Amino acid sequence: MVDSIWRLGYASRFFLLTLLKSGTSFRRFDLIIRELYFTGVLSLIIIIVSGLFVGMVLGLQGYETLQRFGAESAVGTMVALSLVRELGPVVAALLFASRAGSAITAEIGLMKATDQLAAMEMMAVDPIARVVAPRFWAGVISMPFLAALFSVVGVFGGYLIAVVLIGVDEGSFWSQMQNAIDFRYDIVNGIIKTCVFGVAVTAIAVFEGYDASPTAEGVSGATTRTVVTSSLVILGLDFVLTSVMFRGMS
Amino acid sequence: MTSETLVEIKGLNFSYGQRSILKGIDMTMLRGKVIAIMGGSGSGKTTLLRLIGGAIRPSSGYVKIAGKIVHELKRDELFKMRRKMSMLFQFGALFTDLSVFDNVAFQMREHTDLSEPMIRDLVLMKLQTVGLRGAHDLMPAQLSGGMARRVALARSIALDPILIMYDEPFTGLDPISLTVIGNLIRRLTDALGMTSIVVTHDVQESLKIVDYIYFVSEGVIAAHGTPAEVRGSVAPFVHQFVHGEEDGPVPFHYPAEPYASDLKLGAGFA
Repeated sequence: MVDSIWRLGYASRFFLLTLLKSGTSFRRFDLIIRELYFTGVLSLIIIIVSGLFVGMVLGLQGYETLQRFGAESAVGTMVALSLVRELGPVVAALLFASRAGSAITAEIGLMKATDQLAAMEMMAVDPIARVVAPRFWAGVISMPFLAALFSVVGVFGGYLIAVVLIGVDEGSFWSQMQNAIDFRYDIVNGIIKTCVFGVAVTAIAVFEGYDASPTAEGVSGATTRTVVTSSLVILGLDFVLTSVMFRGMS
Repeated sequence: MTSETLVEIKGLNFSYGQRSILKGIDMTMLRGKVIAIMGGSGSGKTTLLRLIGGAIRPSSGYVKIAGKIVHELKRDELFKMRRKMSMLFQFGALFTDLSVFDNVAFQMREHTDLSEPMIRDLVLMKLQTVGLRGAHDLMPAQLSGGMARRVALARSIALDPILIMYDEPFTGLDPISLTVIGNLIRRLTDALGMTSIVVTHDVQESLKIVDYIYFVSEGVIAAHGTPAEVRGSVAPFVHQFVHGEEDGPVPFHYPAEPYASDLKLGAGFA
C-alpha cells in the first residue's frame, strides 16, 4: 500500500516534470512531428480497420433491434451516437494504448536498458525534455484525430451495412443522424474524452518506460503494465466523464 | 592541488543503503594522461565513474574537477560542466534511432548554433579520426561491436572535451578492434590534450596505453603505480590480477560454511 502511494507520487512528479520541460518540444516542433509519425500515422491502419468493423457490427445489431419496433430508419442515429459519445473515444483509446502506448514504453525502456538515456544525461541533455516530452505531446495530439477518424469510419461502416446492404432509406439514415447529434453535447464531449484519454494513456506509457528496470524482463513487464493500467484507467475515466457530461440529458 | 591536476578525489565514500561500496578513496588525475582504474567485478569501479560524472552523490568526501566539487554543483552547473566531459559506455550506447552521422552531430546540434554545413564538416572530421568516415550513413544496428564503440568515441569527442571516461571499453572486442580502440584512446588523449579515465579488466591492453593505474578492491585502493611499477609489483593482489591467477587475495570460493559440514559428513571427514 505504502509502495503504491509512493509510486503514485513519483509518477505525478514525473508528469509535472514532463509538463515543465516541454518547452524544448515546442521550440523544436520537428521533434514532435517525428513522434507524430510513429504514434499517430502508424496507428492509422488498426484504427481504420477496427472503426469500420465496429461500425458494421453496430449497423447490423442496430437494424436487428430497431426493425422490431419499426424504427429501422433510426439506425444511423444509433450508430453515430454510440460512436461519437462512447465507442469512438473508448475503443480508439484502448487500441491506441495497445499499439502506440506499448511501443512508447518499450522504446523508452530499451533506451534506458542500453544506457542511451544515461549517455544523454552525460552529454548534458535532459532525457525528459528530449525523449519523454516529444513522445508525450505527440500522443496527446494524435489521440483526438485517431478517435475522430475511428468514429467517421465507423459511421461509414454502419452506412455500408444499413443502407447499401440491407436497404434502409438513405435519406432517413443521414437526416435522422443529423437531427439527433448535438454539436455541444455529443461532438465536443466526445473530443474532451479523447483528449483526457490521450493525456492518460501517453502519460502512463512514458512513465512506465522511464521507470522500467533496465533488463529484458523489466521492459516486458513495463510494456504489459502500460496496456493493463491504461485500459483500466480509460474505462474508469470514461464512466466518470460520462456521468458528469451526460447527466440529466433527456 | 597542483596546476596540472584535473580530477582530485579525496576521502570518497559511497554506500547503497547499509552496503558500503567505496571506502575512503583518494586519487589524483593529471591533465593529458590516461589513467586506468582496475579491479574485479563488483569492486566499485563503475560507481566511481558515476560519482566523477555527478550521476550519484557521495556519502562523504568529494570529487573535484577543474577546481569544482561535483556534488555541490546545481543541476544547470553540472550540465555546464558535462559539456566539457564525456563518457564512453560499455557497449557504446549509440542512439539507435539516429544514423552514425546524426549520433556524432547530436551534441553539436543540442549545444551549439553551428550551421549544418559546419556540423557536416566537423562530424566527418571526427569520423575520419576513428576511421569510419565512410560509415556515416549507416544505422547503429548495421555496425559491429568494435565499430559501434569507435562511433561512440567519435561522438564523445564531438565538443573537444577536457575529460573522457571509458566504462569497460574493451569488453567483447576481437583482438584487432581491441588494439584499435586502445590506440585511439591514447592518440586522442595526446592529440586533444585531454584526460582519459579508463575503467577496465583488460590488464595487458591497458598496460600498453595508460600512464597510471589504480587497483580497486572491495571499495578501497589496493595498489597504484605506473605500468612499469605494476608489472614489477610483488603485492599479492596486483600479482594475482596482472597474471590472472585463480586464487589469492581474491578467493576462488565465495565465503561459505566448511565443505564437510555443508555436505553433512561426520567428524571423521572434517
